[in-house]
Amino acid sequence: MGRYVLQRLLVAIPMLLGMILITFILMRITPGNYLDTMKMDPQFSAETIERYQKLYQLDKPLWRQYLQWIFNVCRGEWGYSFHYNIPVAKIIGGRLLNTLILSLASFFLTWCVAIPLGIWAALRRDQWPDKVIQFGSYIFLSLPSFFVAMVLLFWASQTGILPLGGMYGPNFDRLSLGQQVLEVARHLVIPATALSLGSMAALQRIMRGNMLEVLGQKYILTARAKGLPEGRVIYTHALRNAVNPLITLLGYEFSGLLSGAALIEIICSWPGLGSLMLTAVRSKDIYLVMASMMMGGILFLVGNLLADIALAKVDPRIRYEGR
Amino acid sequence: MLFDDEKHLSEFQLAMRQFRRHRFALFCVVLLAGLYLSALLAGFLAPYSYKSEARDYSYAPPSRVHFWEHGYLTRPYIYGTRLTFNEYYQRIYKEDRSQKYPVKFFVKGDPYKILGVWPSSTHLFGVDAPARLYLLGADARGRDVLSRLLYGGQVSLSIGLIGVAISFSIGLLVGGAAGFYGGRVDNVLMRLCEMIMMVPGFYLLLALRAAVPDSFTSVQVYVAIIVILSFIGWAGLARIIRGMCLSLRERDYVLAARSLGVSDARIILRHILPHTMSYSIFAVMLSIPGYILGESALSLIGLGIQDPYASWGNMLSEAMSIVRIHFAPWILWPAFLIFVTVMSFNVIGNTLRDCLDPMLRGEATRDAA
Repeated sequence: MGRYVLQRLLVAIPMLLGMILITFILMRITPGNYLDTMKMDPQFSAETIERYQKLYQLDKPLWRQYLQWIFNVCRGEWGYSFHYNIPVAKIIGGRLLNTLILSLASFFLTWCVAIPLGIWAALRRDQWPDKVIQFGSYIFLSLPSFFVAMVLLFWASQTGILPLGGMYGPNFDRLSLGQQVLEVARHLVIPATALSLGSMAALQRIMRGNMLEVLGQKYILTARAKGLPEGRVIYTHALRNAVNPLITLLGYEFSGLLSGAALIEIICSWPGLGSLMLTAVRSKDIYLVMASMMMGGILFLVGNLLADIALAKVDPRIRYEGR
Repeated sequence: MLFDDEKHLSEFQLAMRQFRRHRFALFCVVLLAGLYLSALLAGFLAPYSYKSEARDYSYAPPSRVHFWEHGYLTRPYIYGTRLTFNEYYQRIYKEDRSQKYPVKFFVKGDPYKILGVWPSSTHLFGVDAPARLYLLGADARGRDVLSRLLYGGQVSLSIGLIGVAISFSIGLLVGGAAGFYGGRVDNVLMRLCEMIMMVPGFYLLLALRAAVPDSFTSVQVYVAIIVILSFIGWAGLARIIRGMCLSLRERDYVLAARSLGVSDARIILRHILPHTMSYSIFAVMLSIPGYILGESALSLIGLGIQDPYASWGNMLSEAMSIVRIHFAPWILWPAFLIFVTVMSFNVIGNTLRDCLDPMLRGEATRDAA
């Protein structure tokens, strides 16, 4: 098991370097040097500009800049944000946490609803609950997530039940910890729902498909013939095998979540990595853009790694395949 | 011979037969055909140009078209509208019954170009000035929502098709090469694909958009968006194609072609890739919505197609205000059209996949594969 994890980690590192290369190339093809903006701003003294020139080695050839960038990244020196006027590393952390909160909430919501629904639909194949769920899933699958967010915000504005965006109200610092958690949870409902509706529909269909396939297998017939109670047949034998392929989806789901979360964050004013990215792009704050992208890529790698480990734990065949 | 007059149907033809039985999918095909047709004929079908403004009619509600007069069915007509304020100083549009404006057909209106080439100014229907016929209401500047929906459809729908065509071509070539050669080439190409797929799509979209210079005209931005979307999308398709090619290259006819001395490129293009078509088609169908949504998302946050050009996402950026949705709910029409388009592609793609799956098809007789 440990050997497998090590293998995956070793593969991940060149991938990470490659992704950093892509972000670096993107930064370089952006017209204009960020230092030009600095030079025009009277706030920055000549010495500061000199210092940044040296730090990013902008006078040296490209490959040296790349190596310098990697070195800087490892050191935690991720560049300077001109829009927020602080080093990038300081602002990314908090936003990253917020995005993670939203992504995880949406993730749990998706899986806790889609899996039971998929099982239920599979068990009542072609009866009306299944047909309703199938039709509904087509609809929810195709609804653009930003549209769902807009509709939910509209509904919230009409009824006043849920807050209209942001992550917490003005009172936040004075609340107790429990109340703070509740406050964030209330603000999470609309963005998380908008984010998860589509994945819920997709996952439910996959779950149903897998479940139907497994239920058609011979060993299920055997289990029933043995006289096992139906509950045991379904939940102990069928479910475990049906869920197996879904675990591979975990990692990709996570990265997809990050992507989808960005747009929802912007619409619902959720202070996360996505809305940070948008502000950075709008203000051409290049280092912020790159750092956000790198963070996104790192999270993707981590998500994939966790998914691979989870899969290896559940399915012992994977562990020995790599040898 | 006994079986000479039996028709040997290809896998694709078998799938098409099955497809015809799914009524809902057929309906979606018709729906999409209608949408694309209306996009092609946008200039003719739309009563106004996408940029024809009328500031007096800001957020005007949909015109009430009357079909009856004095108890008799007549030619449809509308009344002029007048802007007044009610006791809360809210805008109210009142019908001005002093003048009737009949709805005329094949009227002369704003000039446009048929398919971008032939100038014309005949529109399917319209009313005389100064009345404005707003079948679906007006936006902030008094532009007709229906007209902008039609012109917006041109942009949004075409980006989906063109983007996917480019991605698909690149994906086919890369996937075919990777699958056919295997080994080192395969490794390198797949790592490249994974690296591109690794960065979250939306982030990459935004970053690439940031790289586009501000000085680009709208047309150039349009092309840039297509290029960006294609760049993000080809990697996924390439992986699928590569998987299929890896197994396809073991087939006998490939060995035969090789031993005949056919060049590698020809083998890939003429012998292997055509067999991936049936699978690729539904993969393409299922990825077109991604492009449409990607362009809409970009335009929604102001980084895509800019004013005055219309695109469905563009029109929705106006709808991001809750107050506006409350007083002018018709600005949400683009979202409904996006939903309908995406759903149609999803239904068609999923049905195609179910039809292509031999297990679900339930047909026992086939030409031996």
